[in-house]
Amino acid sequence: MAEDARKKTFWERLIQIDRRVIYLIIALAMILPFFFQMGLPIPVTKEVKDIYDHIEALTPNDVVILSADFDPSVSPELLPMFDALFRHCLKKDVKTIAMSLYIQGPGLIAPIIQEAAKDYQKVNGVDYVFMPWIYGYTLVVMDMMEDLKATFPTDYYGTRIEDIPIVKKIENYEDYDLIVCFTGSSSYAWWLLYAHEPYGVPMATGVTAVSAADIYPYIQSGQYIGMLGGLKGAAEYETLINEKRMATMGMEAQNWAHIVIILFIIIGNIGYMAIARKK
Amino acid sequence: MLWKKQIPLAITFIMGLILGIQYFVPSSTSDWVFDEYRTWGIIIGLFGSVLAYISFYRAHGMRIKKKAPAWPFSVVAIAMSLAMAFVGFAFGREENTVFMNMYTYILVPIEGTMFSLLAFYISSAAYRAFRARSAQATALLVAAVIVMLGRVPLGEQISFWHKLWPALPTFTDIANWILNVPNMAAKRGMGLGIGLGIMMLSLKIVLGIERSYMGSGE
Repeated sequence: MAEDARKKTFWERLIQIDRRVIYLIIALAMILPFFFQMGLPIPVTKEVKDIYDHIEALTPNDVVILSADFDPSVSPELLPMFDALFRHCLKKDVKTIAMSLYIQGPGLIAPIIQEAAKDYQKVNGVDYVFMPWIYGYTLVVMDMMEDLKATFPTDYYGTRIEDIPIVKKIENYEDYDLIVCFTGSSSYAWWLLYAHEPYGVPMATGVTAVSAADIYPYIQSGQYIGMLGGLKGAAEYETLINEKRMATMGMEAQNWAHIVIILFIIIGNIGYMAIARKK
Repeated sequence: MLWKKQIPLAITFIMGLILGIQYFVPSSTSDWVFDEYRTWGIIIGLFGSVLAYISFYRAHGMRIKKKAPAWPFSVVAIAMSLAMAFVGFAFGREENTVFMNMYTYILVPIEGTMFSLLAFYISSAAYRAFRARSAQATALLVAAVIVMLGRVPLGEQISFWHKLWPALPTFTDIANWILNVPNMAAKRGMGLGIGLGIMMLSLKIVLGIERSYMGSGE
């Protein structure tokens, strides 16, 4: 074994870096930026700006549904998006319905909602409403389009829907002015199929970076007004609402992680080409 | 055979036909059918959840009984599911209860950690797999690097040529073009193919040609 190692040339070593070394360097590249921030400006893409502009144009009588359709595994990417949009809605005084089609969703967004409501001095049931998880996935979407109050008999805290002031004038799809689905799976398609297509409710979505490439055809066709893709999408939205929070901080780590991966790819290719040339 | 084969096939065929007619023929009867479907869908789905629990306990119970490889994990799975259910029923599920603390401080970090491990695997895999072996592989490699640079703020900052000649695109602009043009063309083609495939499969299920969902292996 030791003899084999001695026989390896420099170029061979370059293409056979131990994976534990790669893991260590990646870990450092992601941890250190939290202590040494560069504070680089985050350019805003059209897909994100379009969602911001749509919410900016809404009035206090308009209704926005924010559906956190994800579980904890993807929450580092999607929670900052939900946080940024929820804050924007509170700032604009639009009626906001926070909900989740996934059973683990409400537990994730509850602290985010409470913190934002405290910061903006808003009250559940008056300025926004937080709905509980109801079994049914696509069936919940269909039910909500027909009758919101029949779908959710109470809010997340157990208050009867008839006693919640904000939903008194909200009946069905005709009252919804925007639906934003945050997801790490294909639930964006559920809303598209059962809310946008039959009822024409405007839609946008926030997805993980790996899913972002799937959404572009729907944006070009006009089915989605925009998209937040991965942590960068959330950071762009934080830039727009002028609140540097979780996503902006996370972008520092993502910045260096991408650079390190690119450097490893370049190193691997230099070694590969040098060996190929010798042969 | 009648209960396991003919009746499920008949239910699938009749329901497929009814919902197909309901969708394409708008009327008050269609609305009534749709309302009933939504109500029954939720009821059937909830009973399906009960079956899922039975299946979960049976599968893990068998692993423990047979001392299958890594069977202690099955003990943990069963114990944790029972513990969560017990604390949820016994002490409630409101904020600051044992249930919510277990969810927030055990389940959320565990799932987040599992997903974040991808960053390490992707880094190692990219280093080993992204090699300029052919023209196609080189195109993929260059596109990947540009998109990775375009997705972080540093990509914009190191696009020095854009500062000299503002008409030239930055890494962010090129990454957006890659996602909006070649990526979208490929995705649209795949989307059409998948859509047609779903239509065909749905038709085969309704007509009883595709029967693997019944677990018969046919």
